[in-house]
Amino acid sequence: MTTRGPGRARSGRARRADGGHRSGFFGAILSLPGIVWLVLFFVVPAYVVLALAFGTIDPIFRSQLPAWNPMHWSFTQFDFVFSHLVGPNGFFGPPVVRTVVYVTIAMALCLVISFPVAYYAARHAGRWRGLVLALVLAPFWISYMMRMLAWVNLLSNDGLVNRVISLNGLLPFQVDWLNGRASTVIGGLVYGYVPYMILPLFAALDRISPSMIEAARDLGAGRVATFRRVILPMSTPGVIAGLVLVGLPMLGDYFTNDLLSNAPQTAMLGNLINLAVSSPGQAGQASALVMLLVIALLIPMLLYVRSTARGQDVRS
Amino acid sequence: MTTLGAPTSTRPAPAGEAPRGTGLIHRVSAKWRSPWRPPYVLAGITIAYLFWSLAPVLIAALFSFNSGRSRSVWQGFSLRWYLTDPDLSVAHDPSLRTALVHTIVLGVLTTLVAVPLGVAFALGLDRWHGRLPSGANFTMLLSFVIPEITLAVALLYMITQLATPFTLGTTAQVVGLVTFQLSYPVVIVRARLLTIGKQYEEAARDLGASAVGALRRVLLPMLAPAVFASAVLVFADVIDDFVLVRYLSSDASTETTSIKIYNTARGAPTPALNALATLMLVASLAVILLGWWVFRRLTRGEQAGGGLEAFAGQV
Repeated sequence: MTTRGPGRARSGRARRADGGHRSGFFGAILSLPGIVWLVLFFVVPAYVVLALAFGTIDPIFRSQLPAWNPMHWSFTQFDFVFSHLVGPNGFFGPPVVRTVVYVTIAMALCLVISFPVAYYAARHAGRWRGLVLALVLAPFWISYMMRMLAWVNLLSNDGLVNRVISLNGLLPFQVDWLNGRASTVIGGLVYGYVPYMILPLFAALDRISPSMIEAARDLGAGRVATFRRVILPMSTPGVIAGLVLVGLPMLGDYFTNDLLSNAPQTAMLGNLINLAVSSPGQAGQASALVMLLVIALLIPMLLYVRSTARGQDVRS
Repeated sequence: MTTLGAPTSTRPAPAGEAPRGTGLIHRVSAKWRSPWRPPYVLAGITIAYLFWSLAPVLIAALFSFNSGRSRSVWQGFSLRWYLTDPDLSVAHDPSLRTALVHTIVLGVLTTLVAVPLGVAFALGLDRWHGRLPSGANFTMLLSFVIPEITLAVALLYMITQLATPFTLGTTAQVVGLVTFQLSYPVVIVRARLLTIGKQYEEAARDLGASAVGALRRVLLPMLAPAVFASAVLVFADVIDDFVLVRYLSSDASTETTSIKIYNTARGAPTPALNALATLMLVASLAVILLGWWVFRRLTRGEQAGGGLEAFAGQV
């Protein structure tokens, strides 16, 4: 996405003019290991999850019986999950609703934070551009767990945040930040994933020719009108890519929640999956939940993959 | 990129507006409305963001040098949690040391497998057109965007349900990480292949090189910066990985630093945990900076093909 360079200029060149078959055979041999790897360690595991999700539970040993043959697929696990989404036994419902609410708020906050930062880095940073970009990128290379650990330290009961808001103990203020507060979890998600949105936005904004903006201003559009009618429409692909890039990992996230809240009243879908994975004999339920996650994410994932793959095709 | 029509304005051009007052408010507002003023608000937001984004990590790193047990009250500088504490320091606590070593081992092994595999895959996909390769490309990109927990759960159950020749532990972790990281070298090398173009390889073939010879003696040297960059990226990403590594670990001997942090952060950790995290931070940054420096040297004399942002994996 951020790939720039002279390759673009050559994009129109026809590549299959020379004997495609000759190089095709060599290409097949070169890609064979990769294809075998993906089949063994991506396609097969995916099928195992399917077989488990559509499998049954052994009535005596309470163990999972995966249904390898699609003819024998049963919907027991899905029935179980769906019947517990709503109603009196709906213990899956609240975490799912919470996931949607938290992730939506966090994505919106990410967008609000990253747009001005990306815009400044792309257009106004001037000679600080390299430094700003390096600092914006730094979180990519800092372990996610360390970044969360940093907040656990800061937000603990005797942590810096509580010391600052109580003016170092003068006021009887103490907020129990790390005990099941939705705001802490959402803040943690935003903190964790916002760099993934800044980068595609930066790339999109960097590509807008300054003359476009100058033209808009010359023709009388104010700052707001320029933003709304020129910059925003032209950066839409970056906004969408950024939303997908932060949204997908947030929806499967459970560790942010575990570290910053660790309470059932903020549990999300990822926590349900993690809980099912950690409990023996719940492989089928975990698989069904994973399947639900994948189905929910199928459309954004396919859109993203298609745009990436098409980008490659267009450039090739 | 779509070409927009010139935005039409309903207002007269501001150039014709004469300042209507000379009071302070008018002067400030005229300055504020001047199209050429520096973007104060944007600069302020950016500085605030960078502070918010980096200060917590720096504070956490700082407290790894605390001489007391607290991770929030400064009691003086010491290297106690790195070296000198006889039981709890990173150097003397076997579990912390194991985590550190295992993280590096996973990083090296995964890079050694994923990069050659990915480079061959990229070269193959570049010269093989049809349904099967585009399906393979699609699968690879899917493995990249799918939430990590999905892949981790799938591999975990494959290993526990099927008679795989390996069990949970280092091998399983490497297998999972390679699958997840495979797309970095593929995407980066393919982008570089497009930049290079076909002509060098064709010239080599016209001058009598075999397909393998042209690849080895012409194309691979030209791909070196991309291969190198993807290796750095894979390594830096693997040593920070958590979800896959945790589900595919077998016991305490295959725990990495991120698992260690996850397991102990909410207990009553000592600053040794911060010290461990700081060591990993330094390792990542050192690899990235060194990698970037070498990358710059390798691509010297070329038009900058990918700047620093190429190192964030957003390709």
